[in-house]
Amino acid sequence: MGDHSHGSPKSSGTVATAGQSEVEKFQDPGLPPHRPRLADKDPRAEKRAEKQVAILFVISIIGTLLFFVGYFAIRLDETIATLRLQNFLLGMGTAFAMLGIGVGIVHWAKTLMPDHEIAEERHAVRTEEDRVIAETMVTEIIEETGIKRRPLIRNTLLGAMILAPLPAIGILRDLSEDLNPDVLRHTMWDAGVRLTRDPSGTPIKASDVTIGSAFHVIPEGLNEAEHKLEEKAKAVVLLMRLNPEDLHVSPGREDWNYNGIVAYSKICTHVGCPVALYEQQTHHLLCPCHQSTFDLTQECKVIFGPATHALPQLPISVDDEGYLVATSDFHEPVGPSFWERG
Amino acid sequence: MSASTSSDTYQPKTNLGRVTNFVDTRVGGSSIVKEFGRKIFPDHWSFMFGEVALYTFVILLLSGTFLTLFFDPSMAHTQYDGSYVPLKGVEMSVAYASTLDISFDIRGGLFMRQLHHWSALLFVASVSVHMLRVFFTGAFRRPRELNWLVGCVLLILALAAGFTGYSLPDDLLSGNGLRIIDGVIKAIPLIGTYLSMLIFGGEFPGTAIVGRLYVMHILVVPALILLMIAIHLFMVVIHKHTQYPGPGRTETNVVGFPVGPVYAAKAGGFFFIVFGVVAVIAGNFQILPIWDYGPYDPSPVSAGTQPDWYIGFVDGALRLMPGVLWGFPFEYVIFGGFTLSLNVLLPALVPAGILFGLMFAWPWIERWVTKDTREHHILDRPRNAPFRTATGVAGVIWYCVMWAAASSDLIATHFLVSLNDVTYWLRALFFIGPIIGFIVTRRICLALQRKDREIVLHGRETGRIVRLPHGEFIEVHAPLNDYKLHRLVSFESPEVQPAEPDANGKISGTEKLRGRLSRFFFEDRVAPVTPAELAAAHSHGGHDEVETAESKAEISSR
Repeated sequence: MGDHSHGSPKSSGTVATAGQSEVEKFQDPGLPPHRPRLADKDPRAEKRAEKQVAILFVISIIGTLLFFVGYFAIRLDETIATLRLQNFLLGMGTAFAMLGIGVGIVHWAKTLMPDHEIAEERHAVRTEEDRVIAETMVTEIIEETGIKRRPLIRNTLLGAMILAPLPAIGILRDLSEDLNPDVLRHTMWDAGVRLTRDPSGTPIKASDVTIGSAFHVIPEGLNEAEHKLEEKAKAVVLLMRLNPEDLHVSPGREDWNYNGIVAYSKICTHVGCPVALYEQQTHHLLCPCHQSTFDLTQECKVIFGPATHALPQLPISVDDEGYLVATSDFHEPVGPSFWERG
Repeated sequence: MSASTSSDTYQPKTNLGRVTNFVDTRVGGSSIVKEFGRKIFPDHWSFMFGEVALYTFVILLLSGTFLTLFFDPSMAHTQYDGSYVPLKGVEMSVAYASTLDISFDIRGGLFMRQLHHWSALLFVASVSVHMLRVFFTGAFRRPRELNWLVGCVLLILALAAGFTGYSLPDDLLSGNGLRIIDGVIKAIPLIGTYLSMLIFGGEFPGTAIVGRLYVMHILVVPALILLMIAIHLFMVVIHKHTQYPGPGRTETNVVGFPVGPVYAAKAGGFFFIVFGVVAVIAGNFQILPIWDYGPYDPSPVSAGTQPDWYIGFVDGALRLMPGVLWGFPFEYVIFGGFTLSLNVLLPALVPAGILFGLMFAWPWIERWVTKDTREHHILDRPRNAPFRTATGVAGVIWYCVMWAAASSDLIATHFLVSLNDVTYWLRALFFIGPIIGFIVTRRICLALQRKDREIVLHGRETGRIVRLPHGEFIEVHAPLNDYKLHRLVSFESPEVQPAEPDANGKISGTEKLRGRLSRFFFEDRVAPVTPAELAAAHSHGGHDEVETAESKAEISSR
């Protein structure tokens, strides 16, 4: 409506005039007058509010009873449905018990307790006088210790104080018995170790692996290993078969696959999630955690996502009985990078 | 007897008085009642976020204590023999088995687990929203800067509490979360590998981590949170609460309701309401059904997994970072044999570092730029501090882009778009989003301030269209009453503070920067209406619709 230029800071000159002095400010009209509520004026409304509050408290009592019905009347059997029912009754019982009290009290406060707004003065956190006293006190205390005049004491104390907490850090050394990063370089795989199915541990025949299929693989003997989970966290492998002509094999890796059957570490080189998704048509491996994508035809080179280096390949062959075996361990550390990886 | 003469001269008349007398003569409780009994607290819905945070923390303590009675944080191997049939005979850790027992064999255990987890999500959410409220209203300004820092620390502790708790059940989901943490720790230069081995007690996953996280989760972190809450509330009492601008509210008073009885009743009742609402959620909505995921095993992983919401922004940053950009990998082998994984380090540390760094420093940054060192007890309406509101929104957008990135795969599958495209767009938004957010928000704030000026100068629109005798149609504008007027004109509009020379007559580099920032923040500003302007609007031609319309309207309505 009308002239909008008054809102514009550049054209109306408001910049120059605004907020310069108290005179140019509006007077504070003070607190608005109190507006009485229905319950303040009408005794029937007051009575009604009182009843409503009481009803809400009764609802809370019913809620508590409902909780105990859910707790004692429902016998847990082996189905999820009874568990869900009990959970529902406990939840709604607690909810009514709590909401009854809560809404009741708030309703009580809002309708029946005085609602006059009151102004209270603020005070300075401390007077300046106190600050001066505190300052002189601290200065005197420091003076009496003589720490400024005696640098020898000060410096030796500083040295001692810096060293004293070190045992508290050093004593944490035994949080781990083993601190050798070299354990990260080796897995259970070795020449002749059979590739077996995860989690059953049954060996895999080369003839079982048809083109387009994928196997989740663990080394033979993993299920009986002493540190099973730790070994598994490094040794899990994905096994897939492609047309041999789809594979771009780099020099030195010619005998790492067997008739187009390839095995790659399943541990993502980004931060270590299992790279569990295999896109059969595109021959891509995808990590579901952070979407690093590896191209199987290019020796699992990273083609998308936050990982930087390819999944390590496990060299494989077949043994006399036709079962797939590793011909060595991985040639580089599996999983996420670490400082000593090189 | 002579030692207690002071108590003997006062003769209490009521039973309550006798109890008070007993307590007061022994521990001096009457001063506390005198201080707090009628202490004034301002009332506003936005002040309740902090209360929600406090109350959800109480619920966490209550439900958490129940859970500790049954949970066994051991990673020893066991075979499950509880009542959940599909997992019978499966090998798992004792921690996972005891979580199953809590869910299936302890009556009310599942309810308590869900209550605990939902409260935890709500706790971090309410802490965050409370901090946004404090930021956008400028409540962190002097004298409350230190309490803002305590709040920032509380947010970090809340994240720590959430994360340590999330990993305890030793299920597949949390195990993969730990594996990601392990990967991030290993990326730390020099000490990463050792740190990882120390934390996990050897190679990942080891058998130590759940017990160690458990101690953090039930002892160290909650104790620190309690300590910080105590300091936080203590400072609230010292400073007295801030209040929104309004008639009768000044920098030297505090207007509201006394603690006894109204405020105590409302705040106390609100605890039960929060508890009730979380109970409704916990009773009806399943969270973390660990029996569906199974025990932790390093080989499987489920697609579409998500961390709890508050860890999402870090996870999203990890996803957004390209490992290889235009042929250059973000991983180098340096010093002839050591690996530096910037593709992990940068996203894990830098965004969170910048967010928290700016959060911690903001009260001082603002003070430095505005040169405003006064105390502030009256809050800003966000529109009246366009620079701050715009900066805050830019930060929120930056956070939300990373947060959305943690769901990039779900966005792709849900909206049937390419996962790669989602990532590319989010990467672009990571840089452009905050800038657009800043510009748009500042424009919106300035526009709202202009609208306020319009309303003050020309009155509010009544919706009544009146036809004047000569045929012109006008809308009747009603002038504001004094109280509403005061609400719209009582704010400060900071001005540009140009760089000034120091005592030697030189303008230092930092002062130049400050001057530039000040210009950037306050160049565009809308000043509050002055009485003179209002008087002018009422009298001179072209702006007299208020009076003319009113008088004409009176004529026409007769």
